[in-house]
Amino acid sequence: MSHQEKDSFGAKLGMWLFLFTEMLLFGGVFILYSVYLNRYPKEFGLGGHQLDLVFGATNTVVLLTSSLFAAMSVTAIKRGAKRLTLGLLSVTIGCALVFLCIKYLEWSAKFHHGIYPNSPKLIAGPPGESIFFSLYYLTTGLHGIHVVIGGILMTWTAVMVQKGILNSTDNVTLENVTLYWHLVDLVWIFIFPLYYLIL
Amino acid sequence: MDTEHSEHILSYGKLMAVWVALLVLTAATIMVTRVELGVWKVWAALAIASIKSGLVIAFFMHMKYEPRLFRIILFVALFTLAGFIGGTFFDVLYR
Repeated sequence: MSHQEKDSFGAKLGMWLFLFTEMLLFGGVFILYSVYLNRYPKEFGLGGHQLDLVFGATNTVVLLTSSLFAAMSVTAIKRGAKRLTLGLLSVTIGCALVFLCIKYLEWSAKFHHGIYPNSPKLIAGPPGESIFFSLYYLTTGLHGIHVVIGGILMTWTAVMVQKGILNSTDNVTLENVTLYWHLVDLVWIFIFPLYYLIL
Repeated sequence: MDTEHSEHILSYGKLMAVWVALLVLTAATIMVTRVELGVWKVWAALAIASIKSGLVIAFFMHMKYEPRLFRIILFVALFTLAGFIGGTFFDVLYR
């Protein structure tokens, strides 16, 4: 038993080190945001008021809820409740899909109004406004890619739980995938006030 | 070998309590930014976001129950980021 036991400490430490690089990646985007907010406060204000607070707030609740279910799935697998683990993971994946659908609606509404990178409307407008929307698409796009990857990873993990490869004694992969998912939530916790609320 | 400290299992009740706190803080941040506070609403929103991420990291991400090494590297990462932000603004504001 002890010889086959995985080094879960090392696995989690490695995951955390990776998550720190992710924090620094998004941190870099937030620095860009704050520098340009400092330079173009009025244009950022006008840009921010065009974002839909209802979409943003709904997605915040969806992500926080998905994080709760992801965290509960770790508790469930450690207690040996396989069916419950699968159920909780399914809800988390469902929340990821709902998040992406809302994001799609939000982006397509903006595209419909002629607001997308390099659109004639933004080129004709003040430079601050086009920078705001470029950063908005960069940040939420990068975050959206993370949501897609997180959803794929959770589906893969759910298959391994179903097959019994991950179980009450060997579950560090599930833990690491949920850590990644919580990071996605963490990033959104900052995107929401910065883009939707404070402007 | 390392299972003693990593085997702490959080109860569903505790996780749900954290989730409720996160929802309450989200409502608070929306309310606080709807009233006219000027620059203070930026700081209020960022302070609430920091509390929310603290809750997510401590409980959902289990950091409260991990070995001290994890928290040390977390603070190294956060100080690095704070250093980047501080350095950037030193340039932007006093150029």
